[in-house]
Amino acid sequence: MTSQSRPDLPGTYVFDGPTSRRGHNMNKLFMSLTDAGARTEFLADETAYCARFRLSDEQTTAILQRDWQAMLDLGGSIFYIYKLAMMDGRSMQYLGGVFTGMSEDDFKAAMLAGGRTDV
Amino acid sequence: MSEVIWGLATSHVPSIGAAMDRGMIDQPVWAPLFEGYRPAREWLARNTPDVAILVYNDHANGVDLDIVPTFAIGTAETYRVADEGFGRRAVPDVVGDPDLSFHLLENLVDEGFDLTVFQELDVDHGFTVPLSVWTPEPGDAWPCPVIPIMVNVIRYPQPTAARCYALGQALGRAIASYQGAGTVGILGTGGMSHQLAGARAGFINPTFDHMFLDAIENDPEKLASLSREELIRQAGSEGIELIMWLVMRGALHKQVRKVHSAYHVPASNTAAGLALFDNRVAQPA
Repeated sequence: MTSQSRPDLPGTYVFDGPTSRRGHNMNKLFMSLTDAGARTEFLADETAYCARFRLSDEQTTAILQRDWQAMLDLGGSIFYIYKLAMMDGRSMQYLGGVFTGMSEDDFKAAMLAGGRTDV
Repeated sequence: MSEVIWGLATSHVPSIGAAMDRGMIDQPVWAPLFEGYRPAREWLARNTPDVAILVYNDHANGVDLDIVPTFAIGTAETYRVADEGFGRRAVPDVVGDPDLSFHLLENLVDEGFDLTVFQELDVDHGFTVPLSVWTPEPGDAWPCPVIPIMVNVIRYPQPTAARCYALGQALGRAIASYQGAGTVGILGTGGMSHQLAGARAGFINPTFDHMFLDAIENDPEKLASLSREELIRQAGSEGIELIMWLVMRGALHKQVRKVHSAYHVPASNTAAGLALFDNRVAQPA
């Protein structure tokens, strides 16, 4: 997540031009999942669906394995990644737990306690 | 001429809308948030404008990454409630005001704000949740026509805070020169501090949020001077949405009267803030 064009803040993704270009096809795949018919096609053969969107091998693997962190690193925007998470019945707080090495319950508890004010 | 009578700043967290739609507002997790909204809602119900302008951002529902307008305005007769992947929220579609939209567009372009134009637009939670914060039980229709102004806050580089404030000032002038509507409400939405992704996910900064709540009333120029980097550092990668509050504030007078403000952590992953200002205040000579 290095870039010459925008701030590099620890633990923080900034969806800049290079990231957007790297993740464009994958984000388009995520966007397509807002359509119920597309979700059916995706679930029937996820590998073929990824190929249709010309994803890289790394991006395809990240999606097949639901490696949410890798999706971020490979150019996914959190708002687009969330389309796939919603399809799987996962919450934003589940994802927050994944990104911070916590269980969903622990992440929720941290938010209810006032959020992560020390990071 | 038309007059901006109030400005409302509010978070747009989707789970706030979900809590209302699913009858969860009395649950212990949610009750304090909605209790904080109550005085603002009561005041707003007594002060319905002829038309409202809602400054918001889309979250991959009305637009995608093929085209990302920095600033845009809707000119449609109606705006459908978007299906974000789990069905449409059971709230009314939004009635627009094309005549005022075109007036604002022309005046803002003349002032150097080259807005993208949406003749069709589905509006997502970024739009409908603030409407629900304003009007919890709209029935068949929202209280008045509403015009969307969309701001890119997702893709870097977002517009600067200073540019958002200047847009709001131009918007205020454009409203004042309009003969059609009488009274106008303006909403600035999003924030407060939050971050959804990365090792800093769950970040909340109450110190910054309280500074912002105070300064949006008393010293918006200070907020307009914040850099993009500073906003992301202090409010989180999604907390930069707070620049949309500055569009609202720019359209109000230098001096406003705070009707009510509220702050609650958390609304899911976000610090939820609200600030309501009466703009009908005598200004110093």
